[in-house]
This record gives sequence, C-alpha cells and structure tokens, in this order.
Amino acid sequence: MSQTRILLQVVRRDFQVAMRNRNELLNPIIFLLVVITLFPLAVGPSAGTLSQIAPGVIWVSALLSAMLGLERMFRDDFRDGALEHMLLLPCAIELAVLGKIIVHWVTTAVPLLVISPLLALLLNLPMHALPVLLLTLLLGTPVLSAVGAIGVALTVSLNRGGALLSLLLLPLLIPLLIFATAAIEAASMNMSAGGPLALMAAFLVLSVGLSPLAIRAALQVSVN
Amino acid sequence: MSKQSTLASNQAVSAHAGAAEQAPLLDIVHITSIRGERTLFSDFNLQVEAGRMYQIEGPNGAGKSSLLRIIAGLLRPQSGEIRYRGELSQHVRSEFLQDLLFIGHKAAVKPELTGLENLAFFAAVQGQPCAQPPFDLLEQVGLVGLEDIPAGNLSAGQQRRIALARLWVSSSRLWILDEPFTSLDVAGIEMLHQRFSQHLAAGGAIILTSHQPLDWASQSLVRIQLEYNW
Amino acid sequence: MLVGVVWGLVFAPADYQQGDSYRIIFIHVPAAIWSMGFYVGMAIAALIALVWQIRTAEWAISAIAPVGAMLTFISLFTGAIWGQPMWGTWWVWDARLTSQLILLFLYLGVMVLHMAFEDQRTGAKAAGILALVGVINIPIIHYSVYWWNTLHQTSTITQMVTRLEAPAMPGVMLWPLLTCVFAFMLVCSAFIVMRLNNLILINEVRRPWAIKILAGEKGGKHGTV
Repeated sequence: MSQTRILLQVVRRDFQVAMRNRNELLNPIIFLLVVITLFPLAVGPSAGTLSQIAPGVIWVSALLSAMLGLERMFRDDFRDGALEHMLLLPCAIELAVLGKIIVHWVTTAVPLLVISPLLALLLNLPMHALPVLLLTLLLGTPVLSAVGAIGVALTVSLNRGGALLSLLLLPLLIPLLIFATAAIEAASMNMSAGGPLALMAAFLVLSVGLSPLAIRAALQVSVN
Repeated sequence: MSKQSTLASNQAVSAHAGAAEQAPLLDIVHITSIRGERTLFSDFNLQVEAGRMYQIEGPNGAGKSSLLRIIAGLLRPQSGEIRYRGELSQHVRSEFLQDLLFIGHKAAVKPELTGLENLAFFAAVQGQPCAQPPFDLLEQVGLVGLEDIPAGNLSAGQQRRIALARLWVSSSRLWILDEPFTSLDVAGIEMLHQRFSQHLAAGGAIILTSHQPLDWASQSLVRIQLEYNW
Repeated sequence: MLVGVVWGLVFAPADYQQGDSYRIIFIHVPAAIWSMGFYVGMAIAALIALVWQIRTAEWAISAIAPVGAMLTFISLFTGAIWGQPMWGTWWVWDARLTSQLILLFLYLGVMVLHMAFEDQRTGAKAAGILALVGVINIPIIHYSVYWWNTLHQTSTITQMVTRLEAPAMPGVMLWPLLTCVFAFMLVCSAFIVMRLNNLILINEVRRPWAIKILAGEKGGKHGTV
C-alpha cells in the first residue's frame, strides 16, 4: 500500500543521507573503543577484575556512545525542513518515525555488533558469554534507538539539547542496563540467561510499539 | 474584533455565488493565534476557492508564516478550525495532506543528496506516480548539468529551484508556499509565474506569502493584509 | 484546604514527641509515598493537557514538578539522616533508595526540559510528554531495580532494613503516621494549588479578571512564587 511505500522511501532516503555522512557514524564507535580502553588503564589489567566488570563496562559505554549519535536522528531534518515535510506526508506519522528508528538502528547497531567481539576480547569476557553479549546488544539497541528518539524529538528544537538529552534518557534506560548486564553475567557464570533476555525482548516490543506515539506528539510540539 | 482586511477581492463573492452548493476547497474559520505573550491575529476567516491565489501580506512578525503553518496543520491555533471541503482537516488528515503541498521557509532539500535524488524522493512520496521522470523535471526548472552535485554545494537560488520542482510533480490542488520567490532570479520568478497560472487554470488554489508585489490579474488574486499587533 | 494545612502543622509536631531517632519516619514515609503519588498526578495532568489542550493542566505540570522533586529529595535526605545512626552509613544501594534516586532524576528531567524552552506552552507540552513516558517507565524501573537488588547478594545492611520494617507497627505509632501521610498530602496539595494559583495569574496577567484580582490583593497576599 501507499503507506508502506512512503515508509520505504523515507528509509531509503535516510540511508542515502547516512551513507554520505559516514564519518559521523564512525565517531560513536571510536568513542566507545577509547572508553573501553580506558578501563583497564584505570582499574588495572588483571584478567579477573576485567572479566568481572566487563558486562557493565561494555553496556555503560554503549549507552554513553549512543547518546553521542542520537541527536543526528532528527537534528538535521529539523534544520533543513525535512521534519516538517515528514509531518505533512500523507501517511501515518508513526510509520515515518518508525522508518527513522529503523535507519538509526541499522546505522548504529550494526557497527556496534561488529566490534563487540573485540570489546569482549579487550575486557577478557569469557568466550562462551559472547553469544549472550551479542544477543543483549541485538535486543537492547532497538530499545535505545526507540526510546532515544523520544528524547531527541523532545529536545530537537533546543540549541543545546545534548547534555539535556542524556539527563532525560539515561534514567529511562536503566532497566535495559540492569537486565543486559544480568544476562551477560549469568552467561559468563554458565547459568541460563533466558529470564533477563526474555524481559529485554519484552522491552523491545513495548518500546518499539509505543514510542512512535510519543515521538509523534513530541515532534509536533517541537516544530511549533 | 477582526484585525485583517481584504483589499482586492470585491468580486470574490459574486463570482462564485453559482457554486454555492459546493463546499469551498478550504474554509478557515475564526482562527486565533497567540505566540508567547502576543496575539498574532484573532478571529481570522478566509474561504479558499479553486482557481484563486491568496497573497498574505504584512510586516515582519505579523504572523504570516504562522498562519500558513496553522493552515497546513503544523501549528495548532489557539482557537478556530480549518475545514477541508466541509470536513475538519484533522479528521480527514490523509485526504487533506494528499491534496496539500506545503513548501516552508526551510525547503526540506537534503544538502547531502544530489538534486536528482532529492527530486526522486519528493516525487516518490507525493502520492500519485509522477508524470515525468525526475531528470526531465530538472530540465524544467533549469538545473541541467547540476544533477550530480550534492544540493549543499549549490547556491541558495538553485536549492530553491530544487524545492520548487515539487510544484511540477504535484497533483495536489492546494499549494501553500512561504516566500516562494526568495533568492530566485528573474527567469526563475517568470517560470514560477507560469506554473502558478497553469495551476490556477487547472482548478488549483494557492496561498502564499511574498514581500514582492505580485503582477497578477486582479480577479484571481486575493490580497490579505495582516497587521502587526502589539 | 486551609483546614488541612492547619491540621498538618498542628498534628505533625505533636507526634514528634514520640521521641527517638525513628521519629523521622513521620517525615520520611509520607514524603516517599507522595513523591510517587504526585508523579502520577503530574502524569495525569500531562495527559489532560495533551489530549484536551487545557492550559490549566499545563500549568499544573509545572506546579507539581518542583513540589514532587522536593518531596523526593526530602525522602532521600531524611532517609540518609535516618540511615546514619541506624545502619551506620549515609547511603546504601538498596532497591528502595535507588529507585527513589531515579525518581528524582525523572522529576529533574521534567523540570529542566520545561525550563529549556523559551515558550512556556511548548515547554509544558514537552515536559508533559516526558512525564507520560516516565510514568510508563516507573513500574518497569521500580521492578527492575528490585530484581537487580535481589540478584546482587544483599548486604547485611539491607537485611537490617527489612528486619526493621518487618514487625507490624504498633497502633500508637501507626495512627500518627497515617495522620502524617494524610497531612503531607494536604500540605503539599496546598502548596501546589498556591503555585498553580500564581502561575495562572502570571500567565493570564493581561486578562481583565486577573487584573482585578491583582489590584484587589495588592497588599501582598500572593507573594509566594
């Protein structure tokens, strides 16, 4: 139908734009790598300590680096008027918003997933916990994109939304952090990580399902 | 306490008395807008009919852009309603938006993409399949040879032309244009005028703001003055 | 409402004569309860503001947020004071404390977002959306923090906490406590109504009826902003 056609067009256009700005996509990943490198330097290189804190460090750093790249989602569109154009497309705004979330997720999560084995290696995370780490990232990053989009939509019209964005979003993302690290910890102790992973999947469904509503409302406030 | 006055629409009512059973394309009823502490306009009324062009005039800050954005549905007015062919525009949102083309101050041209890519996107989301391929369209708006350059590297006037090319792919009847002539050269303005008269002849309607006096046959042009309210 | 204020002020100090360091409970518990309660109230106001576009509800958001944040802060602060003699430390990562701290962040987020906008109405709407998103998240955050707390081994300190609260409270203490809970609600509601009153007057300062009120009360009754 024409609704999905418009969604596909939005996704396509955003991919094109994202690919022209490749360096902007790389920045958060480089930031993440640097932060991860700091930890062994700060707490000491002992393998035991590192593997104990690895899940937490990886996820906290992932959250922080996500904050860096989030603004990109609506900021440029707000400046050049594409956001207004999007709000006036003859389709459900929620759908177009979903398209933007998808593009943001693919362009940020895929690089993260690709380098996460490297991060696990650097922090001495047991290899058998790696699949669970990947799973938590796979389930958690869409939540990041969806909930993050709410924050960006709220702050996009402000000149200095960056620090504010983190203040608004990080408290909301705490459950994600708790369950993701719990799952990885369980896996590295050879226990079942099913419970927290199932809860993360529930968050995923909930956030992707509900956040477009909040984002729509927030965008309509922001273009005022 | 209406604060706007219609200057040159004396025949407007009589000319369309015959078509009274048909609801006007757009009926703007009792719109009041307050920005911050200031009332921009209160109790603004306008009936938009096919084949006419409406030029909103007024000093900077009088609320011209706000009015256009309210009509398009981007801004919510303090009170009042917009009726599209008799129905509240937010109730028939998708039909209304199908039939609406809004080009604001910020023209929604992505600086990273080339003119061709921008146009292809506009054409693809416009609704109806467009009559001509994007390349011909670029020729139409005089951008041949520049199609592979990212829009961000083009001049302001050239970017404007990309945005205005949407007028050539559009099948919408209602156009809302905020300062469409900004940074266009003489040839560009002439081109736009031609497109406007085509559109009006085909039964479309245009609402625009412009600081330039429009050189237009007076029976199809309605000028609306917004005053600056303290 | 005035009766409530008098009640709160007269009754609450009377209860303090129960003595001992745990009398702080009469501040701590009501503050904690209503810090949550007012968040929900704020979210309801936000819903009303966004769905029905009622300006009074928008002002209610900004009236409630600082009071709620203050309550949260009071509960954390008194908790810390209380915790020092009881548990020998100012702060533990107990589930209750942690989720209360996160609640404080949520309140601060709403307030900061509201202030970040130049236009009051835009700010109120944005803050309202955030409050609504937050209220969906509160139970999730609450339960995940509890879950997190049970996952990590409980320290002796948190065990003490549970032991302390486990025995049923004797009626002599329970009734004053309930009175305090009630009185806190009334006092804080009174604060909120006062703030709301001022906000309405500030925002409608151009309207004839507001001018009349302001002229009538030039003596300075409405001085609490």
